[in-house]
Amino acid sequence: MEIIVCIKQVPDTEDVSKVKIDPQTNIMIREGIKNIINPFDENAIEEAIKLRDKYGGKVTVISMGPSHAEAALRSALAMGADEAILICDRAFIGSDTLATSYTLTQAINKIGKFDVILFGKQAIDGDTAQVGPGVAEQLGIAQITYVRKIEIKNNILRAERALENSFEVVEVKLPCAVTVTKEINEPRYASMKGLLMARKKQIHVWSAEDLDVDKDKIGLDGSPTQVVKIFTPQTKHEGEILDGTASEVADKLVSKLTEHKLF
Amino acid sequence: MDFSLTEEQQMMLEEIKKVCEEKIAPRAEEVDEKGEFPKENIELLANMDLLGLVIPEEYGGLGMGFLTWSFVGEEISKACGTTGLIFGANLLCIYPLMVFGTEEQKKKYLPRLAKNKLAAFALTEPEAGSDAGNVKATAKLEGDHYIINGRKIFNTNGGEASIYIIIAATHPGQGPRGLSAFIVEEGTPGFTIGQKFNKMGFSALPNVELVFDNCKVPKENLLLKERRGFRVAMETFDTGRIGVGIGALGIAEAAYEAALKYAKERVQFGKPIASFQAIQHILADMATEIEAVKLILYKSAWLKDNNQPFEKYASMGKLKASEVAMHVSTKAVQVFGGYGYMKEYPVQRYMREAKLFEIIEGTSEIQRSVIANFLLKGR
Ligand SMILES: Cc1cc2nc3c(=O)[nH]c(=O)nc-3n(C[C@H](O)[C@H](O)[C@H](O)COP(=O)(O)OP(=O)(O)OC[C@H]3O[C@@H](n4cnc5c(N)ncnc54)[C@H](O)[C@@H]3O)c2cc1C
Repeated sequence: MEIIVCIKQVPDTEDVSKVKIDPQTNIMIREGIKNIINPFDENAIEEAIKLRDKYGGKVTVISMGPSHAEAALRSALAMGADEAILICDRAFIGSDTLATSYTLTQAINKIGKFDVILFGKQAIDGDTAQVGPGVAEQLGIAQITYVRKIEIKNNILRAERALENSFEVVEVKLPCAVTVTKEINEPRYASMKGLLMARKKQIHVWSAEDLDVDKDKIGLDGSPTQVVKIFTPQTKHEGEILDGTASEVADKLVSKLTEHKLF
Repeated sequence: MDFSLTEEQQMMLEEIKKVCEEKIAPRAEEVDEKGEFPKENIELLANMDLLGLVIPEEYGGLGMGFLTWSFVGEEISKACGTTGLIFGANLLCIYPLMVFGTEEQKKKYLPRLAKNKLAAFALTEPEAGSDAGNVKATAKLEGDHYIINGRKIFNTNGGEASIYIIIAATHPGQGPRGLSAFIVEEGTPGFTIGQKFNKMGFSALPNVELVFDNCKVPKENLLLKERRGFRVAMETFDTGRIGVGIGALGIAEAAYEAALKYAKERVQFGKPIASFQAIQHILADMATEIEAVKLILYKSAWLKDNNQPFEKYASMGKLKASEVAMHVSTKAVQVFGGYGYMKEYPVQRYMREAKLFEIIEGTSEIQRSVIANFLLKGR
């Protein structure tokens, strides 16, 4: 089983208290914020490793990003992935989700063989959830999004898709693309042996030239999405602090929510 | 003098801090409250290859030194003192096996300990505490086996461990010179777990009585030689003191960090209490003491890794770290005021835990005697 996982390095914004926006430029202040693997992508890596350990084969992790995204790939290798490819070139700067999925598709075509391509359900920075489906479309393969469980039998992948109040069971023929939710597994911590081994492994770096890409479809030129303005919405209302014992507060909260027809 | 971490150590610590923050620390209160052995924490450490940190690579470990062990142990103890002590007590069996074990013994036991099995070391008996040579348990050679009889108390990791090192008298009545060390596996006929001890802290740390009733141990499980058990124990303690000191250091750091955070948040007289000089001075003393003790402990580990005499420093480090942990945790309760005395806050736990370090692996009084002995001999 050849498994590919597409991962993204993102600023660690899970701790919202640390995130600050520069009021002048409206751009996030990156200082003091760590870069991490997009948390949903960690689930994708974990699932890939589990599938490989169960069905055999190889896990290749790919990431498009600046050179420091190498750290994310090393972490994936430390968790147990077999190979890592960094797609890195100035020509890719400014890619929107369409250009990104095009570039990833060309990288996957260059790898050639694959049975399952895994993605996190979305990246916590852009939150678009478009890249996984975009790659599947461009490769012309089946896609299953928001997956919380995977089983593979005789070339058929059966997945449970998490819906709002229920789940859906879907079967597709391999090869296919799957985007996963947090529920699917608990990503492992890297073992020390894995960490030390990952340090010595080579990370392949592919530039625009290494890929068979149409220059008009990559980077800023290949991106139909134009960001016109980024701004922090103004908070219009003051927050309200409810006090009392836990059960009093709960009662007050429920009546407030009911009053505003939010419950 | 180079105080920087290697890239390898940095990478490892980053991952270890992550697991400590995300998994181990959040469970610490529950572990203490319920008094249940923190099995999940140990599994996490095992899966991360940390149980075999100092075990040579040829036996399945990482082959790292005691300085790296110290950095790791410190993080674990800071997150959960109980998990830290389980991790530390393991060393008391791993280390003598590494140093005194035959090739067969090392091949047989070290890979298991590197993988996921726990270990224990048992010397203490009702009449043999500080007076460690006064062991009454006996081991008598009969054919291909030693027959062990006696009881060990307070044993850390007992009941959870798979492999034990036991000190018993092969030559009873001859004091330290009559003692020998044995490797005993769990489930050996005649070896059972007796009473569980009920403690003022570390409720989840296994401390039990080990009962040997005509326990038959194969002859080849003798460690080193007959009459060398006291030496095995003393050398184990020398190294173990680094581990115990590190455990105390972790607790002191946790107490200090809790106090610092609380002092900035707690408002009295319209200001955070951290703005009062009296509180600031407490915090300054805590941080200074912690820093000083770190240096002695790291130095002892470094000396050990570089095959230089480290024993005096290990003893100093253990002595000072345990006293600093006691002082810092007591002061942390003071900074918290009435809340510090409440079970909802962790500082009371740190205070209860810190006390143990002044007792185990040689009491503070014994450490002072050990240190003085080095000084008087000009070492
Ligand atoms: C939680 C816990 C875990 C433990 N784990 C283990 C373990 O895994 N394996 C193991 O073998 N043991 C273990 N021990 C035993 C521990 O090492 C002993 O309790 C310790 O060495 C002290 O011995 P004691 O309790 O008999 O005290 P005692 O030796 O009776 O000491 C009582 C007091 O007298 C002082 N004193 C004694 N002799 C002298 C002297 N010559 N000069 C000055 N003062 C002296 C001591 O410092 C102390 O203040 C554990 C103990 C505890 C509490």
